[in-house]
Amino acid sequence: MHTPIPSTSVDTELEVQLFGQPLTHGTLPRWAPFATLAAAIVVGIVLDDIGLAIGVAAVAAVAFYAATIYLWSRTVEGHRKAKDRVLTTVVTSAFLLALLPLVSMVITVVQNGIQRLDTEFLSFSMRSIVGEGGGAYHAILGTLIITGLAALISVPIGMLCAIYLVEYGGGKLAKAITFFVDVMTGIPSIVAGLFAYALFALLFGPGVRMGIMGAIALSVLMIPIVVRSTEEMLKLVPNELREAAYALAVPKWRMITKVVLPTALAGIATGVTLAIARIIGETAPLLITVGITTGVNMNPFDGRMSALPVFSYYEYIRTGIHTAASQDRAWTAALILIIIVMLLNLAARLISRLFAPKTRA
Amino acid sequence: MAKRIEVSDLNIYYDKFLAVQGVSMTIEPRAVTALIGPSGCGKSTFLRSLNRMHELVPKARVEGKIAMDGQDLYGPNVDPVVVRRHIGMVFQRPNPFPTMSIYDNVAAGLRLNATRMKRAELDDLVERALRAANLWQEVSDRLNKPGSGLSGGQQQRLCIARAIAVQPDVLLMDEPCSALDPISTQKIEDLINELKTEYTIVIVTHNMQQAARVSDTTGFFNLKGVGEAGQLVELDETTKIFSTPTNQATEDYISGRFG
Ligand SMILES: Nc1ncnc2c1ncn2[C@@H]1O[C@H](COP(=O)(O)OP(=O)(O)OP(=O)(O)O)[C@@H](O)[C@H]1O
Ligand SMILES: [Mg+2]
Repeated sequence: MHTPIPSTSVDTELEVQLFGQPLTHGTLPRWAPFATLAAAIVVGIVLDDIGLAIGVAAVAAVAFYAATIYLWSRTVEGHRKAKDRVLTTVVTSAFLLALLPLVSMVITVVQNGIQRLDTEFLSFSMRSIVGEGGGAYHAILGTLIITGLAALISVPIGMLCAIYLVEYGGGKLAKAITFFVDVMTGIPSIVAGLFAYALFALLFGPGVRMGIMGAIALSVLMIPIVVRSTEEMLKLVPNELREAAYALAVPKWRMITKVVLPTALAGIATGVTLAIARIIGETAPLLITVGITTGVNMNPFDGRMSALPVFSYYEYIRTGIHTAASQDRAWTAALILIIIVMLLNLAARLISRLFAPKTRA
Repeated sequence: MAKRIEVSDLNIYYDKFLAVQGVSMTIEPRAVTALIGPSGCGKSTFLRSLNRMHELVPKARVEGKIAMDGQDLYGPNVDPVVVRRHIGMVFQRPNPFPTMSIYDNVAAGLRLNATRMKRAELDDLVERALRAANLWQEVSDRLNKPGSGLSGGQQQRLCIARAIAVQPDVLLMDEPCSALDPISTQKIEDLINELKTEYTIVIVTHNMQQAARVSDTTGFFNLKGVGEAGQLVELDETTKIFSTPTNQATEDYISGRFG
């Protein structure tokens, strides 16, 4: 036991009795982190000016910030608070570091792609275009068709597979499926493309190019993602709901379709949308299965098609006198791809908000 | 409606672990049977074996015989889904379906069984179930709001309404009040008293007073020993169990000397 220290304040006396130490301690003023940050930025700028590389200067500035805030906080607030502040610094810098490539990429793509983001680009194909002008209408359509087909193949297969794993599995078969799904997650995308190519070459002879081949190659990549995300969502459905359904004499398949799936729907829809966003930018498998054309081809079962990533790639490697124009088209195609992915992510959020089980009346 | 259940020499296993051993008892129709006993002695396990929910646990199995009005529930051609249509269950924690409205929750048992029904008929059934569960007045103006938006006690009564909407013969309740406040508990106890005119009710409870208040018959379960199977120690009229039990362990348990 601690012997109570005589004190003028009743509160402090009580605190000392209860905890052996006061509950209060000094606090840094609210502007302290900002002031330290300003100082750290100045340090960084000075270091950069005297010739250090910008990266080194930034690291030094962060280190300066962490050290200063630690020492300052330690003298005023005690060592627990000081550690907390250092950890906050570490976490925040890690976050900024992770954000850096993303922000820089978005800025670059927008800067380079914005000039050609016009109605011509969105409504014309590359048929008989040599120099400037032209557009990616055919590639946008191609991407939507091929990705749509891939989703059409992958979503039912992936969802049924996940339902089997969670609701029926448990035996050797389920373990085997889980293993192969994990293996499939790690397949390089070019291998998926080669698989689809080999499959169709066997059926139709070598040199075959079709939109559906690309869709199948993308499915190979998409199915494991759908299985994984659906599986996680189904596992989140509380067992109590399954039992409640059983206790109402509901057959298992109805229990799954009417209780489990609706409960998990928001998560599953989000997972599917993110899986689509993940495969929509694949280039390599489409390069060898779908190829590229200059005109619109809306039939995925007949001949070459265009897709945005492949379009972008071809425009980028094109040589000749009109390189500037084709480089611009490459950037704009990339920008459109990013916009589509962003829209998909927004859709995912909207879907999860719409379908999420409602808790409040 | 209400049916008699006869249990003889029932052994209940989780894989190789014998959880409950040698239970023989008769559960009378139009009466409330309470099951009491220390934690882990197999009350829930026994209860769940009555409507074949026990076998949903992987590798779980049952030996012995359970008959409902003479029909063997574990007979070779018996469909567990049909058994559960006759024997409903209310769980310890309220578990309304989160994607469904109050109305849909009550109608769930009928809808999910694809019972074809006119809207007016269904409306009528839902109202009757909610009235029977003493919930109608509280929710009649918001039937289309989500069921999970109700208070815990209301949710539990919603679950009872859901269970009785399919008109079972027997109602099993596993600690239905353990998550509820005294007022909700009171309401559910009143409800049990009303329901027993039509149903066979089995209730598991840790609350001795509750067992004494609501039940006609009380069964005391206990472990044979540490790590051993649970068994039915004594089954008798509730008044007798709580005044002059024959078994020393029962007396110790209800007087709070162990448990
Ligand atoms: N799913 C399960 N798998 C394996 N063993 C289980 C399972 N559920 C329960 N048991 C075991 O069976 C025994 C009886 O458990 P049960 O849940 O029936 O007890 P209970 O009397 O309902 O207890 P409580 O009053 O705490 O609810 C316990 O030893 C428990 O560990
Ligand atoms: Mg229990």
